[in-house]
Amino acid sequence: MNTTNKSQLLIALAAIAVALVLPFVVPDYRIFQLTMVLIYSIALLGLNILTGYNGQISLGHGAFYAIGAYTAAIMMDKANAPYWSTLPVAGVICLVVGFLFGLPALRLSGHHLALATLALAVALPQLLKYKHLEHWTGGVQGINLLKPDAPFGLKLSQDQWLYLFTLAVVVLMFVLARNLIRSRVGRALVAIRDHPVAAEAMGVNNAMYKSLTFGVSALYTGVAGALSAIAVQFVAPDSFPLTISFFFLVGIVVGGVASIWGPIFGGFFIQFAPNMADYLSKDLTGAVYGVFLLLFAYVMPTGVVGFLRKLASKSA
Amino acid sequence: MNLHHLKRAIMALFALLALTPSAHAEKKYDPGASDTEIKIGQTMPYSGPASSYGTIGKAEAAYFKMINELGGVNGRKINLISLDDGYTPPKAVEQVRRLVEQDQVLFLWQNLGTPTNSAFHKYVNSKKIPHLFLATGATKWGDPKNFPWTMGGQPTYQAEATIYAKHLLKTKPDAKIAVLYQNDDYGKDYVKGLKDGLKDKAQSMIVAEQGYETAEPSVDSQVIKLQSSGADTFFIFAIPKFAAQTIRKTYDIGWKPVVYVNNVSSAVANVLQPAGLEKSVGLLTAQYFKDSHDPQWANSTDVKQYLDFMKKHHPDGDPKDSNNAYGFMQANLLVHVLKACGDNLTRENILKQATSLKNLELPMLLPGIKINTSADDYFIIEQLQMARFDGKEWRLFGELLDY
Repeated sequence: MNTTNKSQLLIALAAIAVALVLPFVVPDYRIFQLTMVLIYSIALLGLNILTGYNGQISLGHGAFYAIGAYTAAIMMDKANAPYWSTLPVAGVICLVVGFLFGLPALRLSGHHLALATLALAVALPQLLKYKHLEHWTGGVQGINLLKPDAPFGLKLSQDQWLYLFTLAVVVLMFVLARNLIRSRVGRALVAIRDHPVAAEAMGVNNAMYKSLTFGVSALYTGVAGALSAIAVQFVAPDSFPLTISFFFLVGIVVGGVASIWGPIFGGFFIQFAPNMADYLSKDLTGAVYGVFLLLFAYVMPTGVVGFLRKLASKSA
Repeated sequence: MNLHHLKRAIMALFALLALTPSAHAEKKYDPGASDTEIKIGQTMPYSGPASSYGTIGKAEAAYFKMINELGGVNGRKINLISLDDGYTPPKAVEQVRRLVEQDQVLFLWQNLGTPTNSAFHKYVNSKKIPHLFLATGATKWGDPKNFPWTMGGQPTYQAEATIYAKHLLKTKPDAKIAVLYQNDDYGKDYVKGLKDGLKDKAQSMIVAEQGYETAEPSVDSQVIKLQSSGADTFFIFAIPKFAAQTIRKTYDIGWKPVVYVNNVSSAVANVLQPAGLEKSVGLLTAQYFKDSHDPQWANSTDVKQYLDFMKKHHPDGDPKDSNNAYGFMQANLLVHVLKACGDNLTRENILKQATSLKNLELPMLLPGIKINTSADDYFIIEQLQMARFDGKEWRLFGELLDY
């Protein structure tokens, strides 16, 4: 293990240690907010694999987030499935949907792919209200869920338990993503992004890899969606407006494109930037949010992670 | 007496001492209330797709600022904490938890939107936090058995349709009815109200029903189908865009039924003008609210008060926007409830006062509308008045109708 790897591991362990202490020192509603940060970071990680490492732009990841959330909600509401069992199912469903969507859509590239994914995000909230699906989706009224209690008689509040559960999922998903990125597959993804023709010449099956990446990316976002349904205890078509897809894209850019750590910072931004905008002005929430974005674009053009790297290299 | 008994005796003495002062004073507080302040929480769509409603929260904040400048309610200032939920359920849950758990508000009030309120409906009821006068017309907010802490704040869509049914039974008992409705909870609430109101005659009177999806570009084909059913009475339960299309199409194909259009889609500016004013003559609807710019109310005190309030205390808001008048009316209602609570500002008493309103009249409501609530009646406005469009404005007629 070389020194960068070692220091990365140390940072990761320190971050996990802090994350483990947090739920015991902040009030329940803050824990809920932090849980949402973790959930967003999983979704952002998924999008980052697609956009950051593979260079494909998706404006439709809100749709996978919604599919994951509804999978969890329907399983818990209609089949009384335990909450944890919904995550792998949501992930697999999104993987399949993402892969199938990817096959034809990825023949399109660049702007055209972005438009195709946008169509997905536009269509989904209306499909959820469709009368033949209403029996399952609850139509516009949505589905109310119960929050899980801590298992094994642990003396934890529901919020503390769900936070720790989510944290465990985050660690697992991040480790898997890191290993994927550093593997042969990961190098192929980056090669496709940087020089598709050269990648093809080296024997990489571009179309297959791109479709698979789309599927894996959707899987991550779907798992995040399932967790969000459990944490919020409610899903409805209005929970998944088009803006969610844009927020995800904003999140990875703010955090740092093509970075494993970026999604964590992006998660904080998605969660807290609207609250700060509301705090600063009720008349101009949108404009204040826009100013935040511009500030980030100018001050940290490579995202929070890029900014931190620059600081570190200067001080070193 | 052993040590154990002594301990008990001392504890009992302390307990007695602790109780004595409160037995004398009449002031009672739950979190969020004190000698100087009443803290209230609210979520509003200041951003997102429904942000045009955000002005309601601003008008209400401005009203309380005015009340506070005049000395507050029973000497206490009203502190309204109004947070943005972007009209999304997840954000609404987060903000409501902040209001309840961190800001420790005494109660929630005027939270806007059906999906947003649905998301924390169970949460506030399990915490026993009053969740009052919600800014949404769904019927589910009046369910005291299952959700005793939640109360709606405006006439329900079902109630409105029941009133149309009563009017029709009185004026045209042998009508053949066609119904166009939006195919979601909003539209279905109206259809249910209509059928409830027609009772056992619903089966024979309604000859055709057509739903539409908001995604459809036009409802022309539905209107033509409904015409071919031979109906002579037509109910339109739609949002403004589709109501305008329907009114125009009905006229253009030469169909001349008696047309009822729901209150939400009865505004002259955004429905009847696009449909064509001459094509809208004779339309029927039900109203409960005064239009502040309708000449017939120009001299009424409450409208003048409202316009004066807007000028002095909420100059950024548009007085023509009925959302501001709605906020003005709701803030009035809340001040009334808080006054009635006196010095007993517990959550239980807030709910008790909100559910014991007797013949209360509020500014901006149509003359004669009285608010009555009780422990098993959570609907605050249960009267509407029929109105007919004369080609220029809505003319109220007949008496106030209850449901």
